[in-house]
Amino acid sequence: MKRIFVKEEVCMGCRLCEIHCLVEHSKSKNIFKAFKEENPRTLPRIFVEEKGTLSFGLQCRHCEEAYCLEACMSGALYRDEKTGAVLHNKEQCVGCWMCVMVCPYGAIQRDLNGKKAASKCDLCVGKETPICVMKCPNHALEFRES
Amino acid sequence: MRIVIIGNSAAAVGAIEAVRKVDRSTLITVISDEPHSVYSRPLISYFLAGEIKPEQLCYRPKDFYKKTHVRTLLGRRVVKAVFEDKAVQLDNGEKISYDRLLISTGGKPFLPKIEGLDKPGVCTFTKLEDAKKISSLLKDTQKAAVIGGGLIGLKAAEALKKRNIEVTIVELADHILSLTMDETAASILEKALKKEGVHLITSNTVEAILGDDSVESVRLADGKLLNTQLVVVAIGVIPNVDPFKGTALGIEKGILVNERMETNIPDVYAAGDVTQAYDKILKCYRTIPIWPNAYSQGKIAGYQMTGNKKYQYEGSFMMNSIEVAHIPTISIGLTDPPPDNGYQIFKKLDRVSGVYRKVILRGDVIVGAIFTGQIDRAGIMTGLLRDGVKVKGFKKELVNEQFGFVSLPKTLRKERLLNLK
Repeated sequence: MKRIFVKEEVCMGCRLCEIHCLVEHSKSKNIFKAFKEENPRTLPRIFVEEKGTLSFGLQCRHCEEAYCLEACMSGALYRDEKTGAVLHNKEQCVGCWMCVMVCPYGAIQRDLNGKKAASKCDLCVGKETPICVMKCPNHALEFRES
Repeated sequence: MRIVIIGNSAAAVGAIEAVRKVDRSTLITVISDEPHSVYSRPLISYFLAGEIKPEQLCYRPKDFYKKTHVRTLLGRRVVKAVFEDKAVQLDNGEKISYDRLLISTGGKPFLPKIEGLDKPGVCTFTKLEDAKKISSLLKDTQKAAVIGGGLIGLKAAEALKKRNIEVTIVELADHILSLTMDETAASILEKALKKEGVHLITSNTVEAILGDDSVESVRLADGKLLNTQLVVVAIGVIPNVDPFKGTALGIEKGILVNERMETNIPDVYAAGDVTQAYDKILKCYRTIPIWPNAYSQGKIAGYQMTGNKKYQYEGSFMMNSIEVAHIPTISIGLTDPPPDNGYQIFKKLDRVSGVYRKVILRGDVIVGAIFTGQIDRAGIMTGLLRDGVKVKGFKKELVNEQFGFVSLPKTLRKERLLNLK
């Protein structure tokens, strides 16, 4: 399946990926409303790690053998049969954080705004290319077959 | 081929989903003494607390058995296994034959010798029926005593507190979560629990449950009496091996399994809380009754039963994620090793915020960790532990709250981020 890969050598740490991800996953999909009016505000599902001049964006790797799927005791995490993506049903999630405990990438976050639930990359379901990849100004994110 | 699975929880689902990935034609039969379609037992505390609706207990969608072509015998108990005939016998006398058998009967509550256990008002807390029973007793309950300050006991206590019951936890050890946490982490949680109004008695235990027709009080080891109308026994779970006692099946504490989830009897597999399997940190065979382990063992057993040898059990280790009094905690592996023996321990504690982080190394590899108050990205640590990654070059960074892939040397970072399994 197609996955997102980061090239840390060209990532500038501008965090535009985080902003566009948040907007894409907001209700309004409007940058102003997403930040200023929507409450609770959604979390970006990609986050940039940074240390000095080193930086890179990281999000769910959609593992073939996903530890989170095995650890999820509520059944909220599931594999999308068509795309192979690991998706999350917020309604079913109870916020037990078993997924946070087992994800070797540290890519599942706790969303504590509003209903307590896990938050993760969904590869922008329905879009040909995930928004973070599309909007990265220096092509530090790639969407390709793995 | 006919696969028969006894049990209907994480290990069973892991097996069913694995079998169906490679094989649509094998007949799968699931037998469970519980009359429900597959639900999540750990969610019963959320159910008791009134935090989720009954339908949210479902671990898989309603059409799960239909989609996976599974025949279910729910509300039927296996009374004995006749391995020489490759069959199991049900409580209604029916015999079910198998070509491959998976035993995933899970755990059952451990009941210590306490006088008065048979009184109505004494409950355990592992199944949906337990939660329903407790719920039905609450209208006549002002006070409850929970025996055991482990994971189940704490979740029961918190749920009861949310239902406005005055709760006292009685724990035999000198701190709660004594099997998974060290004293420092436990003290943070104990403080928070007390602040929420949960009473806590440690280094003590219930010796007798008193009352004529119903529970009126419990007598503690030090002679004190505690008024209560409800007692929840939550000391721990033990493998549910009852139907197999007296057979040739290899059982110590649990059913012994190898890396293919095979028992000592041909074509008989076991997975989940009922097993005693290899712990790669403690380097011994033990019960590891946790959800991820059950699913994973079930999955391996599922593949193996179809003849697919791709997946093998590489050994597991204890880990838990639990929120106590709104404080999230994660414990992984060996969290409180004896002071000598060559372990290296790194700690970072902020008493004011209650954020505590501890990492334990043996040689150059991580063998355990505790996260309290701040658990984000704990999985990176679990991954490094699971894969036995040498952390010598960056070991001091492990307790840093900002610890992430930036803390790893470039080659290791690229290997872990780009070479996907």
